[in-house]
Amino acid sequence: MADTEKNDKAMEPAADTTPNVTEVETVEAATEDEAVAAIEAKVDRGEPILQVRNLVKHFPLTQGILFKRQIGAVKAVDGISFDLYQGETLGIVGESGCGKSTVAKLLMTLETATAGEVFYKGQDITRLSGRALRAVRRNIQMVFQDPYTSLNPRMTVGDIIGEPFEIHPEVAPKGDRRRKVQDLLDVVGLNPEYINRYPHQFSGGQRQRIGIARGLALNPEIIICDEPVSALDVSVQAQVINLMEGLQDEFNLSYIFIAHDLSIVRHISDRVGVMYLGKMAEIGSDTEIYDHPTHPYTQALLSAVPVPDPESREGRERIILTGDVPSPANPPSGCRFRTRCWKAEDKCAKEVPLLAIPQRFAGTDSPAAHESACHFAEEKDVVHA
Amino acid sequence: MPDVTKSQSGGAAVDAVAPPVEADAATTAAPAAGPAPQGKPRSLWGDAWFELRHRPLFWISAVLLVLLLAIAAFPGLFTSAEPRNGDLTNHFLTKPELTHFFQADWFGYDGQGRSIYARVIYGTRASIMVGVGVTAVVTLVGGLLGMVAGYFGGWIDSIISRLVDIFFGLPFLLGSMVVLNAFTERKVYVVIAALAFLGWTTIARVMRSSVITAKQADYVTAARALGAGTGRILFRHVLPNALAPTIVVATISLGAYISAEATLSFLGLGLADPTISWGIDISDAKDAIRDNPHVMLFPAGMLSLTVFAFITLGDAVRDALDPKLR
Amino acid sequence: MTTIEKTADDAVREGAGDGGTPLLEVRDLHVEFHTRDGVAKAVNGVNYNVHAGETLAVLGESGSGKSVTAQAIMGILDMPPGRIPQGQILFRGEDMLTMSAEDRRKIRGRKIAMIFQDALSALNPVLSVGYQLGEMFRVHQGLSKKDAKAKAIELMDRVRIPAAKERVSDYPHQFSGGMRQRIMIAMAMALEPDLIIADEPTTALDVTVQAQVMDLLAELQREYHMGLILITHDLGVVADVADKIAVMYAGRIVETAPVHELYKRPAHPYTQGLLESIPRLDRKGQELYAIKGLPPNLLKIPTGCAFNPRCPRAEDICRTEVPALVPVTEQDGTELPGRGSACHFWKETIHG
Repeated sequence: MADTEKNDKAMEPAADTTPNVTEVETVEAATEDEAVAAIEAKVDRGEPILQVRNLVKHFPLTQGILFKRQIGAVKAVDGISFDLYQGETLGIVGESGCGKSTVAKLLMTLETATAGEVFYKGQDITRLSGRALRAVRRNIQMVFQDPYTSLNPRMTVGDIIGEPFEIHPEVAPKGDRRRKVQDLLDVVGLNPEYINRYPHQFSGGQRQRIGIARGLALNPEIIICDEPVSALDVSVQAQVINLMEGLQDEFNLSYIFIAHDLSIVRHISDRVGVMYLGKMAEIGSDTEIYDHPTHPYTQALLSAVPVPDPESREGRERIILTGDVPSPANPPSGCRFRTRCWKAEDKCAKEVPLLAIPQRFAGTDSPAAHESACHFAEEKDVVHA
Repeated sequence: MPDVTKSQSGGAAVDAVAPPVEADAATTAAPAAGPAPQGKPRSLWGDAWFELRHRPLFWISAVLLVLLLAIAAFPGLFTSAEPRNGDLTNHFLTKPELTHFFQADWFGYDGQGRSIYARVIYGTRASIMVGVGVTAVVTLVGGLLGMVAGYFGGWIDSIISRLVDIFFGLPFLLGSMVVLNAFTERKVYVVIAALAFLGWTTIARVMRSSVITAKQADYVTAARALGAGTGRILFRHVLPNALAPTIVVATISLGAYISAEATLSFLGLGLADPTISWGIDISDAKDAIRDNPHVMLFPAGMLSLTVFAFITLGDAVRDALDPKLR
Repeated sequence: MTTIEKTADDAVREGAGDGGTPLLEVRDLHVEFHTRDGVAKAVNGVNYNVHAGETLAVLGESGSGKSVTAQAIMGILDMPPGRIPQGQILFRGEDMLTMSAEDRRKIRGRKIAMIFQDALSALNPVLSVGYQLGEMFRVHQGLSKKDAKAKAIELMDRVRIPAAKERVSDYPHQFSGGMRQRIMIAMAMALEPDLIIADEPTTALDVTVQAQVMDLLAELQREYHMGLILITHDLGVVADVADKIAVMYAGRIVETAPVHELYKRPAHPYTQGLLESIPRLDRKGQELYAIKGLPPNLLKIPTGCAFNPRCPRAEDICRTEVPALVPVTEQDGTELPGRGSACHFWKETIHG
């Protein structure tokens, strides 16, 4: 009980848009650890390798050609916090426009955060530039969604995979690079003799392997995967997923796996975060989220997933949400999901629900005792018939 | 039977990692126009070259251009006649002798008794030099400005784009006439400078828009994520993918610059004696055209042929670089 | 139905339908594309049929020929480079490939309508949604502008677009993805066609919206007793709405079955592999089963069974003989209506 109170307090400033940075960081880190320990005492994860604290990204909306003035902002990411541990996979799911791809770009420092911090081994990477940033980039790499556009069509496969070595020459001496590239091709299951071919000579699945090889070149610790298999054929998806899992074990990688396909996310993830309109709705281990969801949005999302099994399908309850996701430029007050939620009451419009372990489950051993940003969180199994 | 399935799933990792390469089906699965599975590396430039090789128009224009370049470089190889000194007594306005191949009187003589064949041969150099020169300057300057504007955007783009708009507003020929009028001695490089001064805007616009398209590609983001610097991104990733439209526009406008030079020379504002230029010859012929059309016909024909060769080459290159554009 | 010795085609034709002449029947359809690198054989002898009120799901990956078949039916194939060397497309018994262009046009649009994956590019961005919906009535039924608009509002209500009256003058970009797909459905429904072909209708949509749109489509289909051909790569979407399924691979149908049967007992190793390679939502599996190798190159389809290089069951016969789509029966020979498999080893696959 004491834990949760502390936790609640810690999360409060985190949900605020103008946080006291240092305080949030220290207090929350402590309680996060305790909370985690309370839920899953069996797993000792050690220190998180990546800590995201209250990350915010607003894209300004401007009007006028010569004298631009801001008329609003698209709140793509609006206060997100989570941890990533060594060797684990954190899945992030959500519908289009929920901000999950912006999170990926922020973690890669491809976009500048409006507020908040991303700590890589204790160092805030949102404030780095120049040489220090390059050094961090070596350790955080990315695999892109579309294997057709993410490889430069005018470069050979060898040049594409070898480019990381040219940018970071300290990783591999010049004479070694060709061999290293061939090793990487071998690691991702491509014939090393294909080093001089061009991307358009490969199929989608093979190209994604090339993209993965490029991501691996610098021996990163973290790989951020933004919908890495959604552009691939079903029969090829499994190959790539298996490859990624194999590589994770081999190189002790940590993955942030962003996807809209809930089945794949469950398969690959140790923990899962559900995003809605720039905020985290619910986060927990894969069992907690999939078998014991407490946030209505998670429940609706899970129940809507088409299951390739007509029989188990018929026994399942389906929650069909009405309406569309509201615009992130003008999100609803209070809880952002309230406009589509069947549980919504007055309170939901007034108070922003905090991402915390719901009061009713706090201190219990129940798998429902994981962080959920809902005033009326209750457990509901929608996946099993 | 379940055994088979099980052993399959067990071996899945191995399967997944090993065999795709064996299948050697390096192709997109799209039903139409997928590249053939070949054992050889095939770059996009290589593919374009393959396309080009299979176009008769390319070969026609290529042969013509090689010939024209040879003439421009070594006019002495093609005629022994003297282009500048006329023989007023014997050859004044002699009609062409079309069977006297490569002879001084092949195309006849002009109003000052000069061999038209020799003049046409010696005039090639000026036209080619102006065409190639203007194109080179324009591609370099316009390409660079367009690239900078497209890649950096913001206020840099605003300034360059406004500058382009201003220059674009000036009429090309009139503008170059005004510029050339300021020079008394109009050598080839002066004409090149005058035409380039007003001609760079088209290339700048084309380059800017293709750079904007290219810089948004995922592979550019990927390079940034690797920590690549601006120079690398620009010259390894953006430029090679933005170059094709510029090459096409440059080739086609090369022909246009040659005709612009002829126009200016015709008007007396371009090249002037002692430089030999088709434009000057056309201008000189204008008074004799009624009775002696051959004086006009040959320089004008050569000019058309050259412009045709460049424009056709440009068309063929465009088709080869982007088969979808046709 | 009376003799035991029926051909595979018959078995397929009888399907799960209600007998009689099917609404649409595709017979031995071939489509090829002539490219620089050779002839890409996109469709290599496809047979299927749809009856009124029935949903046929055509399942396949990219390059399987599922969309090309639909384009051939709709007559929107790019020819050249496309070519239809042989085959028939019968609409109520009449071959659309041989009838006059005028007759064909009468069927397409009025009797058969199509819904595309990308609703934004299928709608004209400079015309209001109401105008585009009303156009169908003005052109085909000669209604006045006012009546056409009223009809458009009615249609938008039918596909449950909230505040249809107010939104009828809005432009396509002002609608969300899900709403645009509803407008596409409304347009396809406008002339109350007998058959709708939906090519990946929900692939571009979010899961929660996907469910709404599929429900709507299924409901409209029931109400108007239409035939529906649902083209998709998503085994999950199929399971929800289809009556029968045809699985395509390399331009051929490799398996047909009523929907429940297919998931319970696949009779082709490709279908089996696909089903096993999908991760499950309701349990965390170990390593995924992965079909090895790559989708086939249509310029160089393997000899024999096109799936043989990727098949765990492949033997010598698979590399030499193209397996015909044969009826699938129970172990004791009992018929399984509507089931067919193009595998030399279907018995082992289904009963193994």
